[in-house]
Amino acid sequence: MTNKAASPPPTIDIEALGFDAGAHLLVKHALATVPEGGALRVAGRSPGWQVQLSDWCRGQGHALAWEDETRTLACVTRGSAQSGRWRGAADTGRSDPRAPDAVATQASPGWGLAARGARVEAGSPDFEFRLREKRDAWTDSAADLYAQAVAAQWNADTAIDWHETPALPEVIEDAVVQVMTYMIENENAALLVPARFLGQLHPHYRELQAALAIQVADEARHIDVFTRRIRRHGREPALSTAGGQASLKSLLDEPDFSVASFLLSVLGEGSFVNLLQFLQNEGPDPLTRQICRLAARDEARHVALGMSHLLYRLAQEPDFQHRLARAVEQRHDALAGTSGLNEEVFDALILVAAGALTPTAVARGYTRVQRLMRDMADGRYAKLVRLGFAREQAERLAALHTRNFM
Amino acid sequence: MPSSHIPLLGAVAYAPKVVTIWEGFKAYFAERGYAFDYILYSNYETQVEAQFKGDIAFAWNSPLAWVRADRMARARGEHVQALAMRDSDIDLHSVLVVRSDSPTQNPADLRGRTIGFGAVDSPQATLIPLDHLRHEAGLVAGHDYTARRFDVLGGKHGDHIGGERDAAQALMKGEIDAAWMIAGNHRAFAHEGTLSAGATRILASTGAFDHCNMTVSPGVDAQVARHFGEILLGMDWNDARTRPLLELEGLKAWRPGRASGYARLERAATEEGFYDEQGRITAADYRY
Repeated sequence: MTNKAASPPPTIDIEALGFDAGAHLLVKHALATVPEGGALRVAGRSPGWQVQLSDWCRGQGHALAWEDETRTLACVTRGSAQSGRWRGAADTGRSDPRAPDAVATQASPGWGLAARGARVEAGSPDFEFRLREKRDAWTDSAADLYAQAVAAQWNADTAIDWHETPALPEVIEDAVVQVMTYMIENENAALLVPARFLGQLHPHYRELQAALAIQVADEARHIDVFTRRIRRHGREPALSTAGGQASLKSLLDEPDFSVASFLLSVLGEGSFVNLLQFLQNEGPDPLTRQICRLAARDEARHVALGMSHLLYRLAQEPDFQHRLARAVEQRHDALAGTSGLNEEVFDALILVAAGALTPTAVARGYTRVQRLMRDMADGRYAKLVRLGFAREQAERLAALHTRNFM
Repeated sequence: MPSSHIPLLGAVAYAPKVVTIWEGFKAYFAERGYAFDYILYSNYETQVEAQFKGDIAFAWNSPLAWVRADRMARARGEHVQALAMRDSDIDLHSVLVVRSDSPTQNPADLRGRTIGFGAVDSPQATLIPLDHLRHEAGLVAGHDYTARRFDVLGGKHGDHIGGERDAAQALMKGEIDAAWMIAGNHRAFAHEGTLSAGATRILASTGAFDHCNMTVSPGVDAQVARHFGEILLGMDWNDARTRPLLELEGLKAWRPGRASGYARLERAATEEGFYDEQGRITAADYRY
């Protein structure tokens, strides 16, 4: 026997603390300092502590013996169960996304809902998160965009002066209501598309999860304020066309996150930002202008998130550009049989910008809507070029975008 | 498809998790080339009787069910075997708990008082505690003190924690002067807040006793039983696929069965009038 083996085991005194009051913690932490198979001596004086210690040790897989007949000193031998539980446990990256190897290129289904960076016990159940490849959804900008979104959140009750709504001519108020009705159905799509991917995204990519979650919250707020604008003078929402809904449905049907981001966030919401800016400038009443100014700010972030992801994915997988181009063409073909932007919305936009139903005012409104259309097409073109499309192709694809704007 | 030749195992459905446990065990054994099927009984009495009708080769028995099976076997000139036990079945203790502010200093002080017990058929919360008070403190229920039973789910032999919890709650409310519970439940009730930390004091504890075992029915082929036991004892808590089953069943490792830890319950079953020497039920107010 070596001298080391002969040295007495460490001893702790749990004093009068009972196992009905946390004594197990003292024993557990003291045992952690001895190796498996090593011994710890435990003394105590709470009534019945011996039986409680014995029960606890049995439950934890530690052996227990008494050093004396009167059972005043126990000898606990550390078992292997606790360390055995963590054998084969998975390391899951790091919490700080900037740390080396923090974000895995593929998140394991077995990491499940664990915090990124946690050690996950082997045998944890597999979760069916469809989005678990980093390149399929990730962007290094997600954390920054989330932080910006948090800082830019606004409260519809306090950020908007709901009394700034002078009564408009009936025909103009009708036009505002029609435009708001149209925007609500678009925002419903913009809420549901990220929400559906959010449910499929592996929580390992938590920065993206957070960015998508706040995007969903943004859209919910927009739907609320647009609805409140409609109701401001006691109206109900106006018309919704089959063609408009068919166009939006094609966004909900897209199964690939990158393609959906491209169609919705980059092309659709990109155009939507132009529309909101148009209404922010041309809206016939201060309330409409305020609402659209705040919503446009949010939408610009959504575009930025979509763009940054696509730039990330294209950097990993340059060939993906073909897939994007095909998606625009396919959507255009699929919607070719529909009427696209409904006549009511187009006319309503002219009236909103006109502010009155007179030849001069309508002429002014019409010119401005024409400019809006050009701005939208220019914006799509610029984004396509930024994504690396050749100028000619970018021009062609920008023109193929749905007449429904989104 | 299970054939009529594969051994059947009996288990008592005291909680929904029992299905998960035995489905898991069945699959574990099947992967190792040992086919068995299981039957769930609603109570231990019917299960033990089934062991003697030849219905089941193995029974996951409570300690009291073991006592009965052993008596029935002896009375018939047969033999039952305790094949395996959980590490958590060995050398258990029950504790007699009072409120911390109780003037009671030893069990004899409970003369004339009311003591809470678990279900009528609970080894750990009724039968062994009655035996302890009778032999260690000279106190007989109904004569020296009032026994108040918290009877939950008869026939489950105290597997259901509810009776002990009801007793613990009654103790805290001051409805009874002391309550019996197995040591692990004393800690569990403290962890969940039923017993406030430091609000109770352990007045006495029983001697060590064993809990459940895997009982081999009379006449089962020795090789079949041995093989079953080997696979059971080979279950490894450190194997992540097996661990969930063992955690559900509450053990870290299987141990070879032993019949030496049932002496106190043997005595209690007779003296408290639960079973006779042939294993016939003699407890008058026992319903299952």
